[in-house]
Amino acid sequence: MTERVIAAIDQGTGSTRCLLFNHAGRMLGVGQREHRQMHSQPGYAEHDAAEIWRNVRWVVPEALRAAGLTADDIVAVGIANQRETTVVWDRHTGRPLARAITWQDTRTAGEVADLAHAAAEITAVSGLPMASYFAAPRLRWLLDHVPGLRAAATAGDALFGTMESWLIWNLTGKHVTDVTNASRTMLMDLATLCWSDKLLEIFDIPRQMLPEIRGNAEVYGTCTAVLPGVPVAGALGDQQAALVGQACFAPGETKCTYGTGAFLLTNTGSVRPSSTHGLIPTVGYRFGDATVYALEGAIAVTGSLVQWLRDSLGMIPTAAQIETLASTVPDNGGCYIVPAFSGLYSPHWHPDARGVLVGLTSFIGRGHVARAVLEATGWQTREVVEAMNADSGVPVRRLKVDGGMTANNLLMQFVADVLDVTVERPLGSEAVSLGAAYAAGLAVGYWPDLEVLRANWHRAAVWEPAMEPAIRDRERENWGRAVDRSYGWARPD
Amino acid sequence: VPGAIQSIERAAAVLRLLGNADRALGLHELASALDLPRPTAHGIVRTLYAVGLVDQDPETARYLLGDGLLRLHRGLDGHDLRAAAMNWADSLAGSTGLAVVLGVSDHGGVRLVHHVFRPDGSAQQVRTGQTLPLHATAVGKCLLAFAPTATPPVRELDLARWTGRTCTEVAALDEHLAVARQRGWASSMGEYTSGVGGAAAPVRSGGGLVVGAIGVVGPVEELFGRGERLRSPLAAELLATADAVGHGVSA
Repeated sequence: MTERVIAAIDQGTGSTRCLLFNHAGRMLGVGQREHRQMHSQPGYAEHDAAEIWRNVRWVVPEALRAAGLTADDIVAVGIANQRETTVVWDRHTGRPLARAITWQDTRTAGEVADLAHAAAEITAVSGLPMASYFAAPRLRWLLDHVPGLRAAATAGDALFGTMESWLIWNLTGKHVTDVTNASRTMLMDLATLCWSDKLLEIFDIPRQMLPEIRGNAEVYGTCTAVLPGVPVAGALGDQQAALVGQACFAPGETKCTYGTGAFLLTNTGSVRPSSTHGLIPTVGYRFGDATVYALEGAIAVTGSLVQWLRDSLGMIPTAAQIETLASTVPDNGGCYIVPAFSGLYSPHWHPDARGVLVGLTSFIGRGHVARAVLEATGWQTREVVEAMNADSGVPVRRLKVDGGMTANNLLMQFVADVLDVTVERPLGSEAVSLGAAYAAGLAVGYWPDLEVLRANWHRAAVWEPAMEPAIRDRERENWGRAVDRSYGWARPD
Repeated sequence: VPGAIQSIERAAAVLRLLGNADRALGLHELASALDLPRPTAHGIVRTLYAVGLVDQDPETARYLLGDGLLRLHRGLDGHDLRAAAMNWADSLAGSTGLAVVLGVSDHGGVRLVHHVFRPDGSAQQVRTGQTLPLHATAVGKCLLAFAPTATPPVRELDLARWTGRTCTEVAALDEHLAVARQRGWASSMGEYTSGVGGAAAPVRSGGGLVVGAIGVVGPVEELFGRGERLRSPLAAELLATADAVGHGVSA
C-alpha cells in the first residue's frame, strides 16, 4: 500500500504550485504553472485571479501525476499564499470583479497619505506601519474605482479576500480567511484577532464583504472541485507558512526566506508583540486555541537585485553566476549598493528612498559590483536582526534560512559573518509549502503534534561566522552611510 | 566516409545567418532565407534554443545568437550546476540518509560544488569548494570513468596513497574504472578516508555530455553490504537523481 500524503498549494507571486508531502516531510511530487504579471501603468502590479484558479486546477493533477498518486491518496490540502494581494469577486457568478492588486503594487500611495491623520490609531490596532504594502488601502481603492462595487459589497453581493480566501471559496464554497492573512489586511485587531469596527470605519469598508477569520489548522470545508471530498484543512500566509515549515515553534526561533525579497520572522510566543524599531508585529500561527505571535522584518529587494543585474544590466547570464562573478574578487573594493528600488521597508520604512551605488572609484570592476549586490542582502538582514534584538530583548542566536538564494554559499557565509550567528539550511528548501502541509496535516491528525514536525527538520548545511569583528564593524558603518544616501531621493510628482 | 548530416548543416546555416544579421530574426525570415519549410526551420531553431546556442527575445519572439556560443570553451558554471541540483540532492540525502556531494573536474582533481549534510543531526562542515583526488573518491573516479576528456589521462595522475585501500597502480585503477563504466556508477571503499565509502553517477546534460558527478558518502558498511555490493536501492536512486539533475541543466 502506498503511503497517503498531504497536498500543499503554494500560490506565489510568480507561479502557483502543488507539492505533495509524506509523513517524513519529504516532497514526492510537484506541479507548477506561472501566471501573467500585469503592469498596465507605472506602479501597478496585477494578477488575474481567474487565471490563478485555473492554474490550481492544473497543478494539482500535475503533482499527482509526477508522484504516481491519485486523488484518493490525498488526506488533506493546505494553502500557503502571497500575502496582501487583494481580490474582489461576485458571490453569485464567482467571477472576479477586478484584477487582483498584488502586494507589489504601489498605486495606493495616495490613499495611504490621505489617512496619515489616522496612522497612529491604525498602527495601534492592527500592529502594522502605515504603508501601501497592506491590503486595506487596496480594497478601499477598489471600492472607490470599480463601478458598482461599493453598492454590490453593501448589498452582500461582492466578496473580498486575499488569495487563500479566493482559493478556499473556489475549492469549497466557504468564504473564510486565516488569521495570518487577516493580520496583513490592516483591518484586523491584532489583540482580539477579529475584524476591527474602528479600522473598517477608517477605511470605509462594508463588513459584509469580509470573510470569516479562522485558525491556521482546521477544516474549512470539503473540496467540491479539483479534489472532491478532500478537506481543505490549513492556510497560512507564505512567510508564516515558512516559519511553521522551518519548525520555529519556540520563542526566539527565527527564519529568513530569501526569494525576490526576504522575510525574517521570529517566534515571539503567546504575547502580542509590538515594535519600536520598524518591524511588523504579526500572527505567526494559531493551531487550535493557541496563538503564537511573530515579529517580521520585510525586505523588499534581495533576489530581485540579482535578477536586475542579470536582466537589466546583462552582467551575468544566470542568477547563479552572481556567485561566480563575486568570487573573482576578495571583497567589495569599497562599493555598496542600497537597492531601495521602491523605497525601503523594514526597519526604515522610507518610501522616498531610491537605490544608490556608492563608493565608486576607477578600481571598481564587475566583480565588486556583484559582491556589493550580494552584500546588500546580508546587510539588510543584519539591519532587521538588529531591530529584532532591540525589540525583543532576546538576541537572535541562530538563523534558519530557506528560499532560492540559499543556493548561494558565498551569500550564506556572508550572512553568518555579518550577523555573527550560525546560519542553517534545512534539507528540502520548500519551507513555505511544507508549512502549509504541516498545518493541514495537524488539523486532520496526519501528524500528531509539533514535536513530530520538529523531528522532521534536518540540517543540510551550516555556515559559522568567520569575519574579524573589526572588519564587521567597519563594514556595518559603511553600509549605514550608504543607506543614509538613499533617503529622500524620490520627490512627489 | 558517411555523408554530411543535413540537419547539422542546416543548424550551422541558422547560426551563421543569425551571426550575420544586424537584428533578431523571426521564424519566417529564417525559413525563407534558408529556403526551408517553416516546421523544419522551427524544429532546428527550437533545438538550438534548447541547447543554449540561440536566444529568443521574449517581447518579439525573434531569435538571435545565444550566450552559449561564447561560453563553449568554458564549460558549465559550477554554480549553475549547483542550482540545478539543489532540490534533487536534498531529496537524495533525505531518502538515503547519507551525505550528498556534487563534483566537477578541476585542475587534475574533483572540486566539490555542492554538499548536503548527512541528515542525522551530527556535527558536519560544508565541504563545498574543496578539491579531492580523482583516483581515491567515488565522484573523482566517476569523472575519470565517464568524462575522460575533461580529466587528465590516468597514467599522468599522481596516484598518492591516502589509506591502505587507495588504488596506487594504474592497472588496478583502470580495472575499477572499467567496472564503473560497465555498471554506470563509480564507488570507493575507504580509499581516501578510512571507513568512508562513496558511490557516484555521472550527470549528463542534453546530448549526453558529462558535466559533473553526483554521489553519496557515508560509512562503508552502510553503503555496501555482503560481497561489497551497493545496498539496494541505492544505485537506482543515485542514477535517477543524476538523470533528474541532468535534465535540469542547460549546458
